[in-house]
Amino acid sequence: MSDDDVTRREFMETAGVVAASLPWLAASPAGAQDAGPIIDGASDVSMVVNGEPRTARIAPNMTLLDTLREELDLTGTKKGCNQGGCGACTIWIDGERANACMTLAIMHEGREITTIEALANGDDLHPLQRAFIENDAFQCGFCTSGQIMSGVKVLEEGLPATEAGLTEAMNGNICRCSAYPQIRAALRDVAGKG
Amino acid sequence: MLNFAYARPDSLEAARALMRETDGAAFIAGGTDMLNRIRDGVDAPDILVDISRLDLDGIDFDDARLSIRAMARNTAIAADDRVRRHFPLIADAIEAGASPQVRNFASAAGNILQATRCPYFRDAASPCNRRDPGSGCSAIAGESRKLGILGVSAFCIATHGSDLAVALAALDAQVITMPTSGGRRVLPIAELHRLPEGTPEAVTNLEPGEMILRIEVPRVSADLRSAYVKTRDRASFGYALVSAGVALDVADGRVRSARIALGGVAPRPWRATAAEEALRGVSPSGDAIRAAAALSTAGATPTDDNRFKIDLTRRVVERALAEALA
Repeated sequence: MSDDDVTRREFMETAGVVAASLPWLAASPAGAQDAGPIIDGASDVSMVVNGEPRTARIAPNMTLLDTLREELDLTGTKKGCNQGGCGACTIWIDGERANACMTLAIMHEGREITTIEALANGDDLHPLQRAFIENDAFQCGFCTSGQIMSGVKVLEEGLPATEAGLTEAMNGNICRCSAYPQIRAALRDVAGKG
Repeated sequence: MLNFAYARPDSLEAARALMRETDGAAFIAGGTDMLNRIRDGVDAPDILVDISRLDLDGIDFDDARLSIRAMARNTAIAADDRVRRHFPLIADAIEAGASPQVRNFASAAGNILQATRCPYFRDAASPCNRRDPGSGCSAIAGESRKLGILGVSAFCIATHGSDLAVALAALDAQVITMPTSGGRRVLPIAELHRLPEGTPEAVTNLEPGEMILRIEVPRVSADLRSAYVKTRDRASFGYALVSAGVALDVADGRVRSARIALGGVAPRPWRATAAEEALRGVSPSGDAIRAAAALSTAGATPTDDNRFKIDLTRRVVERALAEALA
């Protein structure tokens, strides 16, 4: 995280831009007692985030993306298009890659969420993170955490042999700086060393 | 995003009771279409009823049918060995759509119930008969290049965007549902979506609160030849300009039956019945395929913007037939 970013976030928090929580209410309508509570307003949602139990008090309409960034201070996951089209918010839910903007945090009570912050071990980068640096696989860097979270899964699934196959496997991650050849090279590097 | 309440019933019966007794309730499964609809201001449910953890996941297979349960994820369906072996059309269609991130969470039922595509429908500031009945159609006089040419009306020309639904239409699938009144109902996939006619706001023939439980695909022939061909404006991760799913039953060098479904051209998966008829009993040559493909757009009513889709559809059908027979 750059100093700039810290300053911007601190400003936003002092300025009160971070959403205030809504009043909490849980009630069951007559005749639907077995349907569980209808949650109308903020409630506690607990997930295992990067290996640690975390709880956020959030309204039902909070996406997993906003919850990670605004409530749990995990800002490595980026908000690009906010409609599932760019992949900047790619994280893992129970080990599967997902767009964090396309799902509600409240739907993932108890699940394991993994973000880019969990990949490195201190200063010891994940091999794909190192390969991105070595291959110059980003320019502005905004899509990079999503590219890497997606790419690690592609490596686990087995890297497609053809360039077209690899492009297809990474099609959910858009790079406006168009570093695609370098991103593919980084993936091939790691697969080759695997 | 507009706020809403949330409930996660722990049984089908509880979900049914909730839908029956609550106004303004809508299901959420994978969420990959629903959340964009809410963000776009197209849908405004009072309560989202989360069915993603109900016992509705998985794929069953026997001699008579493939049964895809409502919550089966697109990735899991496309990766299933039985699906790939017996119904490769389904796997091919799924893999031609969206991205791995979306397919990992998009459910089978949610996929085929996704809202029809039209930029004006998604833009709450534009008049749209489907979103706001009687307000007019912005697309017909506007930008309609990507929109429909078959089954459209003077009120709506939106297209259905599901690749999976095209494959299911070509395979004569049916959906098994649970109405809020109880029991079960069977709907052929061809009767799931309505044509817009004068009431484009009515999109499906499901009753309010009715839940799809599973999608069944009959096994009619051991040796079905199929292909899915999709064209779009970019190489990957885009909705179809035109797509075609074909399933051919060929014996002794002759086509016993042909089923051809089109995507990207109509408000629902569109069966090209005239082209199917033309292939029945025919020994499939290049000429016979071309002649049949030419019938695939019978009845089309394009706009000036999307007239190109007539020729494109015929070419896509021709290629799909040729690939299936190769």
